[in-house]
Amino acid sequence: MSIAKDAKGLAQGMAQSLMAKAVALAPDNWVPGGVPDPLIGRQHGHLGRAVSRIDGPLKVSGTARFAADFPMSDMVYAAIVFSTIAKGRIVRLDTVRALAADGVVEVMTYRNAPRLAPPPAFMSDPKAAGGDSLPVMQDDQVHWNGQPVAVVLAQTQEQANHAASLVDVTYESAPAVTAFEDARANARPAMFMGQPLHDEKGKAKAALDASAVRIDATYRTPRHNHNAIELHAVTVTWQDDVLRIHDASQLVSHTAWSLGQMFGIPEDKVIVTSPYVGGGFGGKCMWQHHVLAAAAAQLCGRPVRLVLSREGVYRLVGGRSLTEQQVSLGADADGRLKALIQRGLTAKTPSNVMPEPFILAARSSYAAETIELDVHTVELDLLANTFMRAPGESVGTFALESAMDELAEALNIDPIELRIRNEPEVDPLNGLPFSSRRIVDAWRAGAQAFGWERRSVVPASRREGEWLIGMGCAKGTYPYYRMPGGAARLTLTPKGASVGIAAHEMGMGTATAQVQVTAERLGLPIEAVDFEYGASTLPGPVLAGGSQQTAAIGAAVIAAHRLLIKELLGIIGNDSPLAGLKPDHVACRDSGLCKRDDPERHETYASILARAGQNSIEVVGEGPPPLELMHWSMHSHAAMFCEARVNAITGEPRVSRFLGSFDCGRILNPKTATSQFRGGIIMGLGLALMEESQIDERNGRVMNPSLSAYHVPVHMDVPEIDVIWTDIPDPHTPMGARGIGEIGITGTAAAVANAIYNATGKRVRDLPITLDKLL
Amino acid sequence: MTPLRYARAVDAQDAVLQATTGATYLGGGTNLVDLMRETIERPEKLVDVSGLAVGVEETENGGLMIGAGTRNTAIAAHPLVRQRYPVLARAILAGASAQIRNMATAGGNLLQRTRCAYFYDESGSRCNKRQPGQGCDALGGFNRNHAILGASDACVAVHPSDMAVALASLDAVVHTRTSKGERQIALTELHRLPGDHPDIETVLEPGELVTGISLPPALPRSTYRKVRDRSSYAFALVSVAGAIDLADGHIRDVRLALGGVAPRPWRAYRAEDVLRGGPIGKVAFAAAADAELSHAQALRDNGFKIELARRTIVAVLDELTGDPA
Repeated sequence: MSIAKDAKGLAQGMAQSLMAKAVALAPDNWVPGGVPDPLIGRQHGHLGRAVSRIDGPLKVSGTARFAADFPMSDMVYAAIVFSTIAKGRIVRLDTVRALAADGVVEVMTYRNAPRLAPPPAFMSDPKAAGGDSLPVMQDDQVHWNGQPVAVVLAQTQEQANHAASLVDVTYESAPAVTAFEDARANARPAMFMGQPLHDEKGKAKAALDASAVRIDATYRTPRHNHNAIELHAVTVTWQDDVLRIHDASQLVSHTAWSLGQMFGIPEDKVIVTSPYVGGGFGGKCMWQHHVLAAAAAQLCGRPVRLVLSREGVYRLVGGRSLTEQQVSLGADADGRLKALIQRGLTAKTPSNVMPEPFILAARSSYAAETIELDVHTVELDLLANTFMRAPGESVGTFALESAMDELAEALNIDPIELRIRNEPEVDPLNGLPFSSRRIVDAWRAGAQAFGWERRSVVPASRREGEWLIGMGCAKGTYPYYRMPGGAARLTLTPKGASVGIAAHEMGMGTATAQVQVTAERLGLPIEAVDFEYGASTLPGPVLAGGSQQTAAIGAAVIAAHRLLIKELLGIIGNDSPLAGLKPDHVACRDSGLCKRDDPERHETYASILARAGQNSIEVVGEGPPPLELMHWSMHSHAAMFCEARVNAITGEPRVSRFLGSFDCGRILNPKTATSQFRGGIIMGLGLALMEESQIDERNGRVMNPSLSAYHVPVHMDVPEIDVIWTDIPDPHTPMGARGIGEIGITGTAAAVANAIYNATGKRVRDLPITLDKLL
Repeated sequence: MTPLRYARAVDAQDAVLQATTGATYLGGGTNLVDLMRETIERPEKLVDVSGLAVGVEETENGGLMIGAGTRNTAIAAHPLVRQRYPVLARAILAGASAQIRNMATAGGNLLQRTRCAYFYDESGSRCNKRQPGQGCDALGGFNRNHAILGASDACVAVHPSDMAVALASLDAVVHTRTSKGERQIALTELHRLPGDHPDIETVLEPGELVTGISLPPALPRSTYRKVRDRSSYAFALVSVAGAIDLADGHIRDVRLALGGVAPRPWRAYRAEDVLRGGPIGKVAFAAAADAELSHAQALRDNGFKIELARRTIVAVLDELTGDPA
C-alpha cells in the first residue's frame, strides 16, 4: 500500500470516527429509525402471518427458471480445465486434440481470451463484486491449485467435458506457501471493511492475571466450502454490445458494474438477472465463471452456458477460511467478567480482502470490565476465501461460547445464569445504547421450552444403553446491518401496486415477505401487490448479504411510500374527501388513503387515479444513509439449546434435540422465518460435527471436492429442531425487524460442543467434532 | 467421459462374447459411470448386463443363490435374506442411499472401486492404482479413511463396500463365466491385496463376468455394525460383520469380517481362531480383537481406527452373544 493511500485511509478513518461521534450524540429523531416505522404498531394485518411462499408452486412444479434453464438459440456449452499446481506458470498448453474433438467450437486460453481489466475485488468499491483481484485468464501465471487455465466450448455439455479432458497442460512450479504452519511467522494485523480487527477496553491482560477464576484455551475451526444445492451457473449472450447474463446471484447490480469495469463498458450495458437462486450463503457473488463465460461468448460470438460442476465450485468459488482462536476469560467468584480476550489467526490470500472476522460477536456480547480483541492474518497461495453464512460470528461464537461454558464449569455457575449475569447495559466497547436487546427473555423462554432444568450438572452422568447424553447451551448473535444506497421503485395502478428493486430471492422468502410488507404499508390485499427483483436494471442496489436485505428494502420502500403519498395528494383535487390533507395526516387503508384519525374519510387509489385521469403513479425512493448503525448498538441474539448423544463405544456424536430461541425483532412471516432459523441451525450442526475442506498442504489442492466426501448433515443427522422467538419489535428498524438469515448458524456449534462435554466430560476445541476426538 | 460404444447383452453367454478387449460390464452404473465422468475409467465399450441374472433363490442345501444383476434393494428386502442373513440385509441398508441401492447390483457392488481421494483426482494427484508406478499421494496426505490392514507401500486404499463385508463373513462364493466356461471363487479370494500392483484388484480374468453369489446355510445369529462420520450416506470408518453359533456357553462357530480397514473385505480369521471353541465374554472378545489387530499399522490420520475396530468387534460379539433383542 502506498503512503498516499495510507494517508487517504487515515483521513477517511478520522472523518468517519468524527462522524460516528456526531451521529452517536444526535437526537433520536434526526436518525433513521428515530421515528418508529408505523408498521411496527400494526397487529392484525399481513405482517406476522404465515404466508406460504409465492414462488412455491413455481418451484415445486419445476417451472421456475434458474440461471441454467434459460434457452438460447445457437448456444454453446462450456467446460473448464483447472490448474493442478498451486503457483507457477504454464509452459505448454496443447489444445490441438481438444479442438479436433467432436462438437468443439473453440478453446479459450490466456492466449486468445479477450483482454480484460482485473476484477474489482469486493469492498474496493461500493459496487465491486469480485472474490479477488487476480486477472482472469490473461497470462500464463498460476495463482492457486484449481485456477481455470482453459475453457472448452462445444455443441453439448458432454462434448465440452470430454474435450476438456484432452487439453494438455504442462506447468513450471514456483515456490508456494500452502501450509498454515509455514505462514504463521508472517502474521499481520487484519483489516475488515476498512477498519482494523482490533479492539481494546482497559488493560485486559492485567485484569486477567488478577482474576479469581480464569480460562485460557485455543479453539480451531477448519476451512469450509460453499455447497448451495444449485451449482453456480450462467447463461450469457452479447446482444448489440449489451452483455446479457442469466445468473445465480446475490448481487446483480454489483456484478453488472464489476463486469462493466472488466470489459470496459458502462454498467448499463451489462444486464444481470437472477430471478431464482438455489441458495447463496455468501458464495453466489462474482467469481471467474461469470467472466470466463462472458469472455468466451465474446470470443466465439455465440451464447454460452457455463454450469460449474460440483468440483468446479470447490476449485473456483471461495469458502470460509480456517481460524485459530485463543480465548481468555477472567472472572470474579460471582462470575462477573473482569477480562475478555479473544485473539488469533486466520488465513487469506494475497489478492483478497477478507480475513474471517471471528471477533465480531465478542464486541457486544458481554459486560466485561476489560476487553481485548484481535485478528491477525497470514497469506497463503490458495483460492481466495470469502463470506460464508455469518462470517466471523459462526466460528467466533464457537470459541467464545465454548469458553463461557468452560468458565461456568470452573465457577460452578449455571451457564445460562453466567451469561445473564454478564449482560451489558450498553454496548461494552462503544457505549452506545442498544436499539433493542431481549436476550434474557429468549434465554428464559428457551430454557423452559427445552427443559434445561433436566440437565445434569455433572458431566458424563446420564446414559441410556450405549449412549451418553448431555445438554448444552450457547449464545448466538448477529448484527443488524443496512448498507447504503438502497432504492426502490413503487408503482401504483388502479389494480394495485408493485415494488421494483434490485434485490434477491435465494430461497429465503424475500419476495413473499416483501409482498406482505408492501400490502400492509399500502393497505392492499396481498394479491394486489407485485414484487419485482433480481435484475440489475431495477433501482437498488441491494446486496443479499449480511442479513440486511429486509432492512434495506424496507428503508427504500418507506422512502418511496412517502413520495407516493405526496404524489397522490398532489393529484387529489378538491372533490376528494381527502382534499386539503397533508402527507402527515393520511394513512393507507382498504386500497386507498384515509385521514389518519378519521378512517371514514377515505378514497380508493383507483378513484383518485381515475379522477386525475392517470393510469399509474411511479416514484423512486432512496433509503437514507444507515446512520442508525452509529447511533445505536443493533444486534440480534439467540439462545441455543442442544441435546447430544455420544456412543460410549464408538464415540459417534449425534444431536438428538435442538432448540433455538431468537430475539430478532418483529418476525414478518413465521413460516419462512422458521425455515431460515432451522436452515441456519442445520448448517451449524454441519459446522459442529462434519464440515471440513481438506486442502492438501503439500500442493494446496482441495481433496474432497464432492458432496460424497465433504460431509454436510443428511436427514438422519438432523433431529426435530424447535424454533421460538420473542417477536418484540425493534423500535428503530424498518417494520421493527432485524435480519434472520445468518443468526441460526451462530452459537450452534458451541451449543453442540457444550452438550458433548456435558455428555462425556470431553472438551473438544477443534472442529469438526468427529468420533476419533471422542474415543 | 470418453466416447464409447454401448451394447446390451441378452444373456450371460452373449455378454461374455461381446466383452472384447477394452470392454467393461455395466451393472447399475452407480460407481462405474461416476468413474467414467471423472475419466478414471475409459472403457471403449460397455456391455450392459443389468437385467440379467436377477433374483434370489433358495438352493438345495438350504443356502441362497443371488443373481449378480439383483438390485441391492431387492436383496435387502428379500424375506429369506431378512430371516436367515440379517447381517446381509443390514449391511446393504447401511450403504449408500435408497436411490443408489435401487440402482446398484450385487455383482457391481463387489467390483466397485476405492473412494480414495487421490485415486479420484485424475488430473491433480498421483495414484499407483490408477497409473501403475506413479506413486501414492495418500501415503503422506489425507488418509483418515484408509487401511490399517493389508495395505502396501504402493497403496493404502480401502475397499468401500458394506455388502461385501457381510458376504465375506458368510463364506459366500462368487460364480463367474468366461468364454472358456464357468468357475467359482470364494468371496474372500476374489480381491487381491495391493502389494506392488494395486491396479490389479481382483483375480478375475479380462472379460470374466460375475453371474451370481451363493451363500451356504447361515449360522443362527448374525449382525452388521457400521461406524461412520454421519448417520447415513458415509463410508464405513470401521464396520464389523459377525455370525455366530453358540453351544453350551461356548462358541461353536464364528465368522467375523471387517470393513473400512483394508483393501478388501477383511475376513478376521485370526480373531475367529481365538474365539472358536472358546468361552463367551469380554476378555475373550478383546483377546480375539487384539489378535486380529496385532498387525494393524496406522497412517498419519487413521490411528484411531485400530482402537475403534477393537471396540466395535467386541461390541458386535457382545450383541451376538447377548440375549436376543
